[in-house]
Amino acid sequence: MLSKVAERIYWAARYLERVESTARMLAIYDTLMFDLPRQLNFGWYNLIEINSLEESFNERYTVQDERNVVKFLIGDETNPSSVVSSLKAIRENIRTTRDVIPGDTWELVNELSQFVQENMNQGINRRNRHEFLEQIIRACQQIIGLWQVSMPRDKAWEMLRLGQNLERADMTTRNLDAAVAAIIQIEEDDEFAVNSHQTIWGNLLRSLNADQPYRRAMRSSVKGGLVSRFLQADTQFPRSLSFCLEDMATAAKALPRSEKVISDIRRLNQTVTKGAEDTAPGPELRDVLNDLQISLQYLHFTISRTWFLNDQEAESLAVAQ
Amino acid sequence: MSIDWKQYELQEGFYDELISSPGNPRVPARQLANYLSSLNEDEIQSIKQASESTIRDMGVSFTVYSEGENIDRAWPFDIIPRVISSQQWEKTSAGLRQRLQALNMFIDDLYHDQKIIKDGIIPEFILKQSKNYRPECEGVNPRFGVWAHICGTDLVRDGDGQFYVLEDNLRVPSGVSYMLENRSIMKRVLPEVFEKVNIAPVGDYPEALFNMLASLSPRPGDSPVVAVLTPGIFNSAYFEHAFLAQRMGAELVEGSDLVVGKDDCVYMKTIGGLERVDVIYRRIDDMFLDPEVFHPDSVLGVPGLMRAWRKGKVALANAPGAGVADDKVVYAYVPQIIKYYLGEEPLIPNVETYLCYEDKQREYVLANLDKLVVKPANESGGYGMLVGPHSTKKEREQFADLIKANPRNYIAQPTLALSTAPTLVGRSKVEPRHLDLRPFILQGESSYVTTGGLTRVAMKKGSLVVNSSQGGGSKDTWIVDTSAGKA
Repeated sequence: MLSKVAERIYWAARYLERVESTARMLAIYDTLMFDLPRQLNFGWYNLIEINSLEESFNERYTVQDERNVVKFLIGDETNPSSVVSSLKAIRENIRTTRDVIPGDTWELVNELSQFVQENMNQGINRRNRHEFLEQIIRACQQIIGLWQVSMPRDKAWEMLRLGQNLERADMTTRNLDAAVAAIIQIEEDDEFAVNSHQTIWGNLLRSLNADQPYRRAMRSSVKGGLVSRFLQADTQFPRSLSFCLEDMATAAKALPRSEKVISDIRRLNQTVTKGAEDTAPGPELRDVLNDLQISLQYLHFTISRTWFLNDQEAESLAVAQ
Repeated sequence: MSIDWKQYELQEGFYDELISSPGNPRVPARQLANYLSSLNEDEIQSIKQASESTIRDMGVSFTVYSEGENIDRAWPFDIIPRVISSQQWEKTSAGLRQRLQALNMFIDDLYHDQKIIKDGIIPEFILKQSKNYRPECEGVNPRFGVWAHICGTDLVRDGDGQFYVLEDNLRVPSGVSYMLENRSIMKRVLPEVFEKVNIAPVGDYPEALFNMLASLSPRPGDSPVVAVLTPGIFNSAYFEHAFLAQRMGAELVEGSDLVVGKDDCVYMKTIGGLERVDVIYRRIDDMFLDPEVFHPDSVLGVPGLMRAWRKGKVALANAPGAGVADDKVVYAYVPQIIKYYLGEEPLIPNVETYLCYEDKQREYVLANLDKLVVKPANESGGYGMLVGPHSTKKEREQFADLIKANPRNYIAQPTLALSTAPTLVGRSKVEPRHLDLRPFILQGESSYVTTGGLTRVAMKKGSLVVNSSQGGGSKDTWIVDTSAGKA
């Protein structure tokens, strides 16, 4: 398989996952709006910080309010991670890989892009936002389902799995971070803190379709520390970090020259499991999550160096021939 | 209302491919014509609609690639095929092989001893001034002495019913995917006719192409790695590149996917590391192949590719420099070229051609601009032409100046009475439209000619320009065996 084709598939899967996770993250904050006491001065700008987008946001907007944050995350083409930009990136990547990705993907992605363009205002205004985000999530799941049932389990499939799981792991840390950030903020300025905690953790689980799996796995009511541990270290829930990493290791095994990638994944997974035991939700957890995001970024570099052969790497191999 | 061949308005002085005189279809087209006239208007419409929806279904793959501006996706398709008898096609096909064989000997000679020039058959300055002669190719010995492995030759039929060669496309001819697609459309929409008529299949082209390419491998014996080199998605023929790569089971690569090693071999970047490539079917022009040798700022090509090719580590089809024979002045000499190398008479004649650098011929051309078609020697796609009978005085004056300023760069030909074929116009009316034919010829160790080729048709009434970029469409082309009917 050509490196370029592998890279395009990997990114198509990453961006699709990013669209879905961004929609989920917005949905968490959106429902919190309904459930938290109105006196709370709720910080939508957290979402910008969590996604490390402060710089590009502040270039565009002076007011850090709900409307601008939502607009920036969904419809802003200058934000490379916005839903609109991610959909564009998916299209770019699958245009030239139709031989290996099911043909219907193209149509579904086009439909979704069109839907987002046409209904942008529904997302920006609060009234129909929930429904709008639900539609996006469902469309993403439809595409993932199409891949799941129609792709041969060949190298293209493994590349897709790598991209999907890496992005999913990253987004799970950010979703978790979003909840922790909200909790810290509430503790600073709110008398209703205890009840609000419950609401925030519950929403986080629900937005990741994780509430039932959580209860079954942890056999407990919703508690911050357990939710955090579950989302990091559970071995069965598909959005937990450990699960994503383990799935990546399996995918990597089916690919050539994967030793370094696999050992990096294993090391990171050990860190995750250990950290999940030790860290209670609070400022320290935010640092841990931040470090995990950096590690995932390094893992991406390893994947890229191993399989995507940029000019420099190819050059050095060619000289060795 | 159904089709009545008696009402078909044959044009005086033009050969019609299907109908010989009012109400009389030619023998190979008889069953087709009878079938078509047995349909009522609704049935014709439903065939037309079926063909359009088939194109749309297939077209899903076109539209994916067609966000650039210059895409042929809306190339109109006419449901009435063009029919040629297999006897006639056999002769034509032999003529096409003969022509490509001679052209390859000519190219090989030009890059070695240039005997044909020393012997005074072709004036030296033609070569000296050729835009497509590449001194970088001198002395190279491609396998089997073949430089132009894939050739798309444009044939036209004049008023006398005889095929003439209009031009040879030896650089990166395109259109073969449309020939294959057109046949699959026809099979779906006219299955009844395929049952009754002996129509020769066309589907073996990708296989023949692959076998020819594989035979060029510098590592014979192994199963060679064949790649199709495309300029990328913004090229108007990208669909065809992807289509052929897929049908052949070859890799579709861009320049950035390839790298030349210190050992001068060409490698492609794969997830398993570098993998050697043996044969490259390149669909990019010479000048973009290798920035080390040609355009230094080209990002489409591969640095070192020419070095690898010169050392025989990789085969390129067509070979760089093959375009030297794809020149309208050289074209005028092809009959002499065939005689010189093969000692044979050309089986398919050229269209009469006036060379503007010869004083007498130029004088004739300048005096008869209103009757002639003037073409620049090195352009393709129907650009930069003067069609005399359809030109304004101002255009003729402009071309007269151009010719005087650079006579080597212009040729002129009589305006041809391009043959016609019945074409569906409106709901069920058929009218004659002008057309040409582009067969594709392969040459490696042996040669191959497509069964028929791509028929291009000028959809506008009276128009003689069939290029897709200028309002042309296409038809399926049937080579029909009339010696034994299907039982």
